[in-house]
Amino acid sequence: MMKSALGRVYLTLVLIFLYAPIATLMILSFNSSKSRAHWGGFTLDWYLELFSNEEIMAAFRTTLFLAFLSALIATVLGTAACTGMQFMKRKGRSLIMGITNIPMLNADIVTGVSLMLLFLAARVSMGFTTVLIAHITFNIPYVILSVMPRYRELNKSTYEAALDLGARPLYAFFSVVLPDLMGAILSGFLMSFTMSLDDFIITHFTQGPGFDTLSTKIYSEVKKGINPQIYALSTIMFLVVLLLLFFVNYKPWAKRPHGEIKVTTKTQVIVASGKGGM
Amino acid sequence: MNSSKNRYLASPYLIWSAGFIIIPLIMVLYYAFTDYDGRLTFSNVSAIIYYVNIKALVLSVIFSVVATLFCLLIAYPLCLILTTVIKNGSSFLSLIFILPMWMNSLLRTYAWQNILERKGVINGILAFLNLPPFYIINKPPAILLGMIYDFLPFMVLPVYNSVSRIDKDILNAARDLGADSFDTFVRIIWPLSLPGVISGITMVFVPSLTTFVISDILGGGKILLIGNVIEQLFTQDSDWNAGAGLSAILMIFIVISMFVTAKYDREDIK
Repeated sequence: MMKSALGRVYLTLVLIFLYAPIATLMILSFNSSKSRAHWGGFTLDWYLELFSNEEIMAAFRTTLFLAFLSALIATVLGTAACTGMQFMKRKGRSLIMGITNIPMLNADIVTGVSLMLLFLAARVSMGFTTVLIAHITFNIPYVILSVMPRYRELNKSTYEAALDLGARPLYAFFSVVLPDLMGAILSGFLMSFTMSLDDFIITHFTQGPGFDTLSTKIYSEVKKGINPQIYALSTIMFLVVLLLLFFVNYKPWAKRPHGEIKVTTKTQVIVASGKGGM
Repeated sequence: MNSSKNRYLASPYLIWSAGFIIIPLIMVLYYAFTDYDGRLTFSNVSAIIYYVNIKALVLSVIFSVVATLFCLLIAYPLCLILTTVIKNGSSFLSLIFILPMWMNSLLRTYAWQNILERKGVINGILAFLNLPPFYIINKPPAILLGMIYDFLPFMVLPVYNSVSRIDKDILNAARDLGADSFDTFVRIIWPLSLPGVISGITMVFVPSLTTFVISDILGGGKILLIGNVIEQLFTQDSDWNAGAGLSAILMIFIVISMFVTAKYDREDIK
């Protein structure tokens, strides 16, 4: 009893540590004083002005589009790679898994610098495309590490049965295998999306002039003080995700279908093998 | 028959990773060992012995070792508690640790400025309680705190994975055979959780060793870590050879931690 009470206290302390900065940012988004040092009273101005701030909105759109596109391409490439690996010998498979581990374990700064050198040597002018390539590169491992375990659990005989019954391989894949993989593919996609959204270091080294994501915009404003409109935007994003997570996990109105997005359980395994965002 | 063709589904990824993972890393080594005119040289790599560089590297190693230790000290009890106190520990854990990622990590790190600064949140509370204020902003402890904050999830999740997988029957058996909680921990829980601990350590150590963002935001630009030195060489001085030389030094640390992880990870790759 005593032990469990102590446990809860400890848990609460960790929670406070994790969420104190988030609470701070949310409070600051309602602070009418532009200086973050003191409280100037409650205001909604930052929220209202946010939508007419073209610079922030452009960075926001770029961030979302980049995250979506890089996650989508990474999901297709990663899922195809996992499927291909099922038909490989053990040696080939462990080679690919080994390569997959490189961006996961490598430091972001080295990944970023290495891609920057590649683009410089190839005389590619840096901008959206180079950042997109970089994001796809660090996103694919998240997809592979999400889809691979599911493939291991998969019952191969259903696919073979479909072939025996005369289905063409492609049709058999889409009607028998893919539905079983869908949950894992979706969580790989979501993980990639999140990682891309939060990346700064790799973007920093592969971006060109005039290109900004929210992260690079924030970084460039750190020294002179961050525009509170960014706090407002981040608060909105955070609350939207909170609501989405709530509805996905506690769908009050429907029974869970089998292709359900297990955001909270599957991603945990992936992050467990993941890496720091900074 | 079909299987030989299906293998090629992996080839787009193979080509992609050759072009954007392997070749770029070779480029780093190429730039590291050549000078501006492309001649072979070791001066970029040996530049690590210059006072500024070696100081930054030693500082980074100290910071990352301490941050990793703190992360382990905070994470381990948390994971033990989660396996006993909370029923659905794994989804609770991923929820509370993944959710913050949706708030930009730079912003969250920046928010610590607010909490720690002279007239910040903590000093406000301390003043209210009539306690003496404390100033750690722009000093080493602030950078450490930023590292622990940012990388704690990467310790907690692997450790939790291995702790929660320990068979409860083994623990019960140990107790039945007369082991007290200390014995059970030292002889059973700790050894069985070691793979998770090792992977957590490398997961925290590498990003803390190489960060330049946290030291920038919470160190007030006064404390240079090896990541800051490399970042400045690339973005301010445009001295790619020198930057690549120091990056190659970092790669040694990363390769070591990759080997350590691979050694303990072997049973997972089948």
